[in-house]
Amino acid sequence: MSFVSAQNIFQSYDGRPILERVNLEVDEGEFISIVGASGCGKSTFLRLLLAQEQPSRGAIRIGGAVPAAEPGPDRGVVFQKYSVFPHMSVRENIIAGESFRRPLGRFFGAAKKAARARADATLERIGLGHVADAYPATLSGGMQQRLAIGQALAAKPRILLLDEPFGALDPGTRLAMHDFLTELRAAAPMTVFMVTHDLAEGFKLGDRVLVFDKPRWDPHDPGAYGATITYDFDARDDGIPFQTIKEVANVPDQT
Amino acid sequence: MRFINRRPGLALGVFLAALPFVAVLVAYIIGSQMRLAENPSDKLLPAPATIAQTAERLFTTPDKRSGRILLWHDTAASLIRLALGVGISAVLAVIFGLLIGLQPHMRAAFSGFVSVVSMIPPLAMLPILFIVFGLGETSKVVLIVVGILPFMIRDLSQRVIEIPREMIVKAETLGASSGVIALRVALPQLLPRLIQALRLSLGPAWLFLIAAEAIAADQGLGYRIFLVRRYLAMDVILTYVAWITALAFAMDLMLRWLSRRAFPWSEAAL
Ligand SMILES: Nc1ncnc2c1ncn2[C@@H]1O[C@H](COP(=O)(O)OP(=O)(O)O)[C@@H](O)[C@H]1O
Ligand SMILES: [Mg+2]
Repeated sequence: MSFVSAQNIFQSYDGRPILERVNLEVDEGEFISIVGASGCGKSTFLRLLLAQEQPSRGAIRIGGAVPAAEPGPDRGVVFQKYSVFPHMSVRENIIAGESFRRPLGRFFGAAKKAARARADATLERIGLGHVADAYPATLSGGMQQRLAIGQALAAKPRILLLDEPFGALDPGTRLAMHDFLTELRAAAPMTVFMVTHDLAEGFKLGDRVLVFDKPRWDPHDPGAYGATITYDFDARDDGIPFQTIKEVANVPDQT
Repeated sequence: MRFINRRPGLALGVFLAALPFVAVLVAYIIGSQMRLAENPSDKLLPAPATIAQTAERLFTTPDKRSGRILLWHDTAASLIRLALGVGISAVLAVIFGLLIGLQPHMRAAFSGFVSVVSMIPPLAMLPILFIVFGLGETSKVVLIVVGILPFMIRDLSQRVIEIPREMIVKAETLGASSGVIALRVALPQLLPRLIQALRLSLGPAWLFLIAAEAIAADQGLGYRIFLVRRYLAMDVILTYVAWITALAFAMDLMLRWLSRRAFPWSEAAL
């Protein structure tokens, strides 16, 4: 069985179907980009992966475990906004990645010192060492998102979920964030799901690009059907799939 | 240029800010002089000089019978009641605000109840409080709590609900328990709001304090004002009113300063 497995997922709000028949198998270490029209349910799918919501039908398993009932430290997340804690300094935000699972949410004594040292090492690595004592509001958007990713990774999640993490950044900062994310993955392989509305970004960063769309469409009632994964592109090797494609004769299209 | 886009310069701004104060003062002086010219023993609008003399006496001269300076004594008594009432309300409001804002069962159980209770006019409860708690300190403190707590709980729980869901979910993904989320995510973000709520509640708190003191007390600023009312001692009343205003203003300034000092992160966003 694959690492992350979503089987026959349906989700509807107030009887309105948003997602239908979503099936997905993901191997450990894969980077999955998710693209699709605005409002088609990408964030909904991410919330399901996060276990922030339960699907109306179907189940999502990570590592074969029972489906989670609520978000936990095995799933890290970075949203477009509100991803760091505004009342904590940059360093405290990183420490929170480890300390929030403690009984009082804090380290004390020697453990506190050690966590502080680890946080400072992390901050150096992600290029935020010089602003360790600043509050997030004083940081640029790119630095805030870098901090958010660093904080999520400090908790050592099994999968990392990114919902349009660079959506609010200017193009230059966005490119720098791509390099940042690529470096992090080179240093420590991790399974990532990233929603983006930038197709090029999806292909650049992803191993696979999933397209969410409505396979059925009723012109008289646009909300009648939900979206599903309509394409599952191989995006390795700069998205030029014929380099590795295996031709399988007499088998209908898998997607 | 449009009327709404015209702005005063610095000098004009200061002048305009001072204008209402000066106007009220001048109107008072004129009225006082007119009445005193007609009847030198008029007590309704004492001359500013008389008020100043009275104020000096009140602030510095001990009472003949008790040997204490009554104004300071009244101030201490009132401030203790106020601090107790406001302090108890603040602590309870934070606890209930967090519970109602974070926990769906608590919200289901209490948010409707608090809304209804906050509609009860607190002064209508005063006789009940006197009957239940007696005429001592307790009933006065409880009136302040009853008067401002429902509003503070509603305000603070709403602030907790307004914390972006993303932030709560983020804390969950870091492994935080409900308690850690309340303690390390919600509470610190609630404290600046608490100070705002306190600033808004101080006015009503004074109102309830003075009302309770007026009806049943043997010391306190409200007690004194209503006591000397019988002798039409306007000079004393005006001094006390000015003093209460100064106290309230100073508290508001202090809270504003505290908010800026204690929560640099919330100021940084501005
Ligand atoms: N909690 C909710 N309750 C009701 N409708 C929702 C909820 N969350 C999302 N929706 C609706 O579901 C649809 C998909 O939303 P979303 O997953 O956020 O889309 P996107 O692909 O842009 O991320 C939208 O029409 C949105 O209005
Ligand atoms: Mg979205």
